[in-house]
Amino acid sequence: MGFLELSHLQKRFGAFAAVEDFQLSAHRGEFVSFLGPSGCGKTTTLRMIAGFEYPDSGTIKVDGKEITNLPPNKRNVGMVFQSYALFPNMTVADNVGFGMRVKKQPKDAIRKRVGELLELIHMPEKADRYPYQLSGGQQQRVALARALAVEPQVLLLDEPLSALDAKIRVSLRNEIRSIQRQLRITTVYVTHDQEEALSLSDRVVVMSQGRIEQIGTPSEIYNFPATSFVASFVGTLNLLAARVVDPSAGRLSVEGQEIRAATPVTGARSGEIVSVALRPESISLEEGPEGANRLRGPVTDISFLGSIVRLRIRLGGGPTVSLDTFNDPNLSLPSIGEAVTVSFPPEASLVLDQPADAPGAEVAAGE
Amino acid sequence: MRRRRGSIAWWLIFLLGVLYFFLPLVATLDFSLKAQPAFAAYTNALKDPKFLTSLLYSLVIGLLTIAASLALIVPTAYWVQLRVPRARSLVEFVTLLPFVIPAVVLVFGLIRVYSRPPLPFTHTDIGSSALLVAGYIVLSLPYMYRAVDTGLRAIDIRSLTEAAQSMGAGWLTIILRVILPNLRAALLSGAFLTLAIVLGEFTIANFLARPAFGPYLNLLSESKAYEPAAVSLISFGLTWLAMIFIAFLGRGARTRIEIGGAH
Repeated sequence: MGFLELSHLQKRFGAFAAVEDFQLSAHRGEFVSFLGPSGCGKTTTLRMIAGFEYPDSGTIKVDGKEITNLPPNKRNVGMVFQSYALFPNMTVADNVGFGMRVKKQPKDAIRKRVGELLELIHMPEKADRYPYQLSGGQQQRVALARALAVEPQVLLLDEPLSALDAKIRVSLRNEIRSIQRQLRITTVYVTHDQEEALSLSDRVVVMSQGRIEQIGTPSEIYNFPATSFVASFVGTLNLLAARVVDPSAGRLSVEGQEIRAATPVTGARSGEIVSVALRPESISLEEGPEGANRLRGPVTDISFLGSIVRLRIRLGGGPTVSLDTFNDPNLSLPSIGEAVTVSFPPEASLVLDQPADAPGAEVAAGE
Repeated sequence: MRRRRGSIAWWLIFLLGVLYFFLPLVATLDFSLKAQPAFAAYTNALKDPKFLTSLLYSLVIGLLTIAASLALIVPTAYWVQLRVPRARSLVEFVTLLPFVIPAVVLVFGLIRVYSRPPLPFTHTDIGSSALLVAGYIVLSLPYMYRAVDTGLRAIDIRSLTEAAQSMGAGWLTIILRVILPNLRAALLSGAFLTLAIVLGEFTIANFLARPAFGPYLNLLSESKAYEPAAVSLISFGLTWLAMIFIAFLGRGARTRIEIGGAH
């Protein structure tokens, strides 16, 4: 049995099913992220753990104790909000010590704990400042310290970095992870940013339309997506419509060019259309070794994305495929319109559960 | 050139505003000084013990009205915004009713209901004063509710409430320690308006036969010529002093919140 157990959680708002049959078992000290687009039910699930929403059915247990119907102030669950939610009338020290004062702990103990937590978030000199005197990143660190002050059994973070700029987001992300590892506190983190979820988490729960699409380690989610939704939402992806030529041999045809999957195609017969997912980084701008899949077409676009260069190649009548290559100063790139051959190993072509809606669509992750 | 023209227009509007506000006061002052010997109207007014007692009575009633209004309106407006935002238009409509129901109708209603058993409030002084406070709560409802509602909208009460709840706070702690301190600027403006209404109100106090400042002023104007003008100016000055005092009490919070809103 896990430390945090969510069993068959169900939540509807009128006719809208916000969360359906949600099941998760997280062990003590685990960092779990809920990842998905807006409206997928990730925040609603988090709010049910916090006690701000009550499930229509299902149970929530922490350390074996059922808390499903307990009010939020009786749960011992800490929460960090996207909007920081620091009390504007209180100093940093008063904000951090608020929960301990509510629990009527001795003044000396409060002062000591507040000092420790301010050290933990590297802000001991800001104890007497008011929230409006702090930057967004500092405010969110104070909010984290405040949530940790009451020593919660579970820490919940609801898109805590969304309101911050990119650089601070990355540094605070690392700080959150380091504090979580240091304190070994069971953490649930809600985000729509796949990079955040993959870099922070022990496990990621990918959600769509109120349902769990996949639960797995970041590596499993990225390399072995269980559904076309996960494949398209996590990372950048080429989704190609392919005609099945020989399902048992894994042979497929994309715009008249034959490719091979590493495993037999199950659940589809010859002549049927399936969806093939290809990560841009698994495609090379070369002929490749013997046995590699090859596709040929003219280059339609070249984009410099910092450390990588992304090329788009048109296949046959219309679909394009994107490939990423490292940005090396000595890299010789083809010119736009030039026909090139690209290759990828059979293991890189992942046949998904349903046909692509738009053949040859490149899908970017997140929102 | 355009800038100078804009600046002249600004000064013209400002001057008109000043004239609109101060001309009646200057005229009242001028009239009050016509009594002989000089300042007789003021010395006579201050000598009359009823002046101070009626003013003090109205001030106490005003403070009680403010306290009772806050106790009623803050939790109501907070709950409406937090839990039943759809009821907001209905509540706003109810708070506007004092604009369409005249004070005389309100006071007759109060007297009819509370002058006989089981609730004979009008039979005692305290009961009548309680009715007066109740009437003033209704009269100040549109101003007080709007002030509180605007203050609540300026802060993210949902997140603040949930943050406090997740740290173990109950409803009373949340209202007293989190919501009220962040509403001080809004509460002060509501309190100013309520105090101003109470000090100048005549109808309800008169029908309930209360020794309030409004009926005293009215009585004075029926029997004296210059004294009512002097009393009006004195009460005006005292009201301003009371407001400055209240503003002084909430000075720290106002400054903090105003700066805080700018980040």
